[in-house]
Amino acid sequence: MGPYILKRIFLMIPVLLGITILSFGVMKLAPGDPTSILTDLNPNMNKEAVERIRAHYGLDQPSYVQYFKWLKNMLVLDFGRSFASDNRPVIDKIVERIPITLLINVLSMILILMVAIPLGVMSAVKQNSLFDKGTTVFVFIGFAIPTFWLALLLMILFGVKLDWLPISGFRSLDYPSLSFFEKIFDVSKHLILPIFVSAFGGLAGMSRYMRSNMLEVIRQDYITTARAKGLDERTVIFKHALRNALLPVITLLGLSVPGLIGGSVIFETIFAIPGMGQLFYQAVMMRDYPTVMGILVIGAVLTLLGNLLADVMYSWADPRIRVSG
Amino acid sequence: MKAKVFLLAAILIFGISGCNKGEEGPAQARTDGTPVAQEDLKPAYGDMIIRGSIGDASVLLPILASDSGSFDITALIYNGLVRYDRDLRLIGELADRWEISDDKLTIRFFLRKDVKWQDGHPFTAKDVEYTYKAYVDPKTPTAYATDFLKVKEFRVLDPYTVEVTYNEVYAPALGSWGQGMLPSHLLEGKEITDSPLKREPVGTGPYRFREWKTQERIVLDSYHDYFEHRPYIDRVMTRIIPDPATMFLELKAGRIDQMGLSPLQYQRQTDSSWFRDNFRKYKYLAFGYAYLGYNLKDWKFQDKKVRQALTTAINRESIVEGVLLGLGQVAYTPYKPDTFWYNDNVKKFPYDPAKAKEMLAEAGWKDTDGDGILDKDGKPFEFTILTNQGNQLRERSATIVQRDLRKVGIRVKIRTVEWAAFLKNFINKRNFEACLLGWSIGIDPSQIDIWNSKKIGPSELNFVTYQNPEVDKLLDQGAAVYDPEKRKVFYDKFQEIIAEDQPYTFLYVSYALPIISARFHGIDPAPIGIGYNFIDWFVPKQLQKYHIEP
Repeated sequence: MGPYILKRIFLMIPVLLGITILSFGVMKLAPGDPTSILTDLNPNMNKEAVERIRAHYGLDQPSYVQYFKWLKNMLVLDFGRSFASDNRPVIDKIVERIPITLLINVLSMILILMVAIPLGVMSAVKQNSLFDKGTTVFVFIGFAIPTFWLALLLMILFGVKLDWLPISGFRSLDYPSLSFFEKIFDVSKHLILPIFVSAFGGLAGMSRYMRSNMLEVIRQDYITTARAKGLDERTVIFKHALRNALLPVITLLGLSVPGLIGGSVIFETIFAIPGMGQLFYQAVMMRDYPTVMGILVIGAVLTLLGNLLADVMYSWADPRIRVSG
Repeated sequence: MKAKVFLLAAILIFGISGCNKGEEGPAQARTDGTPVAQEDLKPAYGDMIIRGSIGDASVLLPILASDSGSFDITALIYNGLVRYDRDLRLIGELADRWEISDDKLTIRFFLRKDVKWQDGHPFTAKDVEYTYKAYVDPKTPTAYATDFLKVKEFRVLDPYTVEVTYNEVYAPALGSWGQGMLPSHLLEGKEITDSPLKREPVGTGPYRFREWKTQERIVLDSYHDYFEHRPYIDRVMTRIIPDPATMFLELKAGRIDQMGLSPLQYQRQTDSSWFRDNFRKYKYLAFGYAYLGYNLKDWKFQDKKVRQALTTAINRESIVEGVLLGLGQVAYTPYKPDTFWYNDNVKKFPYDPAKAKEMLAEAGWKDTDGDGILDKDGKPFEFTILTNQGNQLRERSATIVQRDLRKVGIRVKIRTVEWAAFLKNFINKRNFEACLLGWSIGIDPSQIDIWNSKKIGPSELNFVTYQNPEVDKLLDQGAAVYDPEKRKVFYDKFQEIIAEDQPYTFLYVSYALPIISARFHGIDPAPIGIGYNFIDWFVPKQLQKYHIEP
């Protein structure tokens, strides 16, 4: 196992390099550059000032020089400074947004798993029953409802009419003065709506996936064998069928690792949550190359690691595909 | 992202500067629903105002900032040597007074001697010198160097007197000293782009920095030793809520005190008695206008007659009614209608489709093949209006223009493009037929950059390529005189010519529509807006909502 993992990690290097070259290239192909937002159509800007700002960011050099400069810094994990006018180190901008993004994504992932797996299993076991059809309709409604619309309705109900929950943000104004447990309570209160809304939309995928896995597994011979042995239906379903049906979920979880630090622009905008989605979107709109590249690299690394993790977990969980040697 | 272009940083006083029609709605006498006698409403220290903002600040050093999110905050932290007062006249701020030499080339500023930085250090001429040098330093990535680069010589005469000399008489020079002064004792000899002051500013202004949580909130506390007087409101919190609908719900839930409304929210959603009891709405003309600009390099638009006909064919009143729900005025010149510089006595080309058709026929545009579209030399009259993505008001205006022009036989297509691509691929390359955009209007009337014949190079602002030697001369003359009355003569004439030439169809000037919790008193709308006397706003003791520990 050890050598296998090492080999996989080693193979990631060229892939990662390719990803950075592609990302950099695509970004450069997008029209406009970081200075145009600041300087174009600005009467206070003369040509000299524009050149001065371009030189400040190193944009007066050819693209490949800019790329190698960036790569050289990247090798020592220097993400550079943002081209936005705050000019802060990219890593600071990313790090301050990761905790809240991670918290929301992990919690909503847990919620999705907790609801979607039982839903999927039950619909498979009672295939074509009223329950099955009902859940299908329910999860597809969740899938189809626009996030922002649902979020606004819930805000009006719980935030304005009933006044039970805060509307936006993720902590109160008096947060620093609260005790530890009050802080947890405060953040939880703020996160109820965002997590519910994001989980509701994600139910469909996971529960449908679970349902079809389960249906496939139930038809297998060993399930028939288990039933023939005289095991009761509970044991058949939860011990023999569920375990096998859960295997592909591992892959899915591995693939969702990069998603944990990604965010949704619409969702974060509606709830005024300072997450990664907004950061990335704004960076792209501003043509803030270092920030865009920083986020893409972190995303790429996590994707590759997530894949590796999924493979490793898979072989650990499923003896049939264990790598020999 | 709402792309917006600023003519002058100085106009962004408190983000909601503008000119008022001083309307407070029918609820003016009521306060918070409670019947409180007027004499009990004495100014008192305390309380906090929570303002909603769509965008976060990016950097809290005004020299490096270029977004309204940042200027909304820095306007409360820093002072300039001069500032515009409620009626848009220049008055002293950090400078007590100033003298302009007889040849109008030299300005001598006499600084106040009682000003202290928020860290206790005295404010002196050294700070002014440092600020000037920082702006003209080629290494500083600032968008506001141009005015300062016109300075020939900067001299410190004594710790409280500075003198600047210009190469030529330049009227906007005085106003340019309204830029925020920077603390030399904290910045001198250091890289300004690396300074911690970018996120923890120290100024001379009425509010000092307390806390900034990126994309969440910025908190300022009142500076008790502020040289004018201690501000009444103890704390100013700016909450960043990117979605306007969410912000409106926060307002309804009482968790923010102030925001800017959209025309729809102003007209239809804030009309209940609950809103009238708990909030005050204000309305004043914003410093900016929207226009339809014609590429004068395009053969179709080279004839003045055609452009006049297009303006005549567009029902601008219906744009104001339909798009702004009546919360705006039709624009006829590039100046704000309620200011000193505005000339109302210009050609207006009122809506008249029949006349427009006649004018187009005179210019040679007739429907010869009977397909309903005008043509000339065998080519049909059709063109594309470009506008930037994400500005609904502009997209809707373009739709109305499209409908109106179709009525006179012109086929219009509308295309929206993302801002950076819009600038790079279309505007800067002059690769457009017509564009629907907006300009901010500066307090100073100089508009050389937009209309001068020579400002047509790549990335320059006269992208419609408007060239009129008479306009060039008038604008140069206007910038070379200090006396407003004398200046106005040139700008009046300039407006007459622009209105005659119609390089743009001026569309509308919209209203700024702030709403503020009714517990705040002392708000006094003026031509410059409402933010100018923020330090005099107060909440009477019995109405205070938040208790602020010092």
